Amino acid sequence: MSVTKEVRYLNPPQAENKRKKYCRFKKTGIEYIDYKDGDFLLKFINEQGKLLPRRLTGTSLKFQRKVAQAVKRARHLAILPYVADGLK
Amino acid sequence: MSKHYETVFILTPVLSEEQAKETVKKFKKTLTDLGAKVLSEEFWGLKKLAYPIDKKSTGFYQLFEYTTDNITLVNELEVAFKRDERVMRYMTIALDKHAIAYAEKRRAKRKGEDVTTERKPKKERTNA
Repeated sequence: MSVTKEVRYLNPPQAENKRKKYCRFKKTGIEYIDYKDGDFLLKFINEQGKLLPRRLTGTSLKFQRKVAQAVKRARHLAILPYVADGLK
Repeated sequence: MSKHYETVFILTPVLSEEQAKETVKKFKKTLTDLGAKVLSEEFWGLKKLAYPIDKKSTGFYQLFEYTTDNITLVNELEVAFKRDERVMRYMTIALDKHAIAYAEKRRAKRKGEDVTTERKPKKERTNA
């Protein structure tokens, strides 16, 4: 008869707070990401001005490409910086 | 079939306000001469740039939205931009159907802004 050793974790596994990520564009039905309004695009870049990966923002591939293109256009027009520190 | 385009360009801050406006008028004229129908134009005025462009940290932004059938229009427009040293940077985008819908909404909102400024007088509440 096997003695089931009770497994105790130092800290509870992160599984609990893993809420289902969703693509905000599909949910809100936004079809076009405008490269001109910088403060909307700020949500998709980190403090150094780099693009956030899909695994963090949860956006679908189709809209991640649109976001990337919009951010690059905004960078060209000096609406967003190429490199920044402490952007937010 | 007329294609929709959107051009944004930045003028050096060295210019005064009306010099900037005058260069904008010049480019609008070249646009209409080349056979474009300008749908909307927005002057964002002096804005701070996210990074310095040829040692300047602010610039006048101007947006043109237009439709045209002339396929060589964009090249000629960009040649004009290159030639004019007051323009620091320019970008022309072809608009797809979602972008066109977005631009119309934006135009309606801007027109709506001008209309709703004179708001109707508030009805004084008659507390019976």
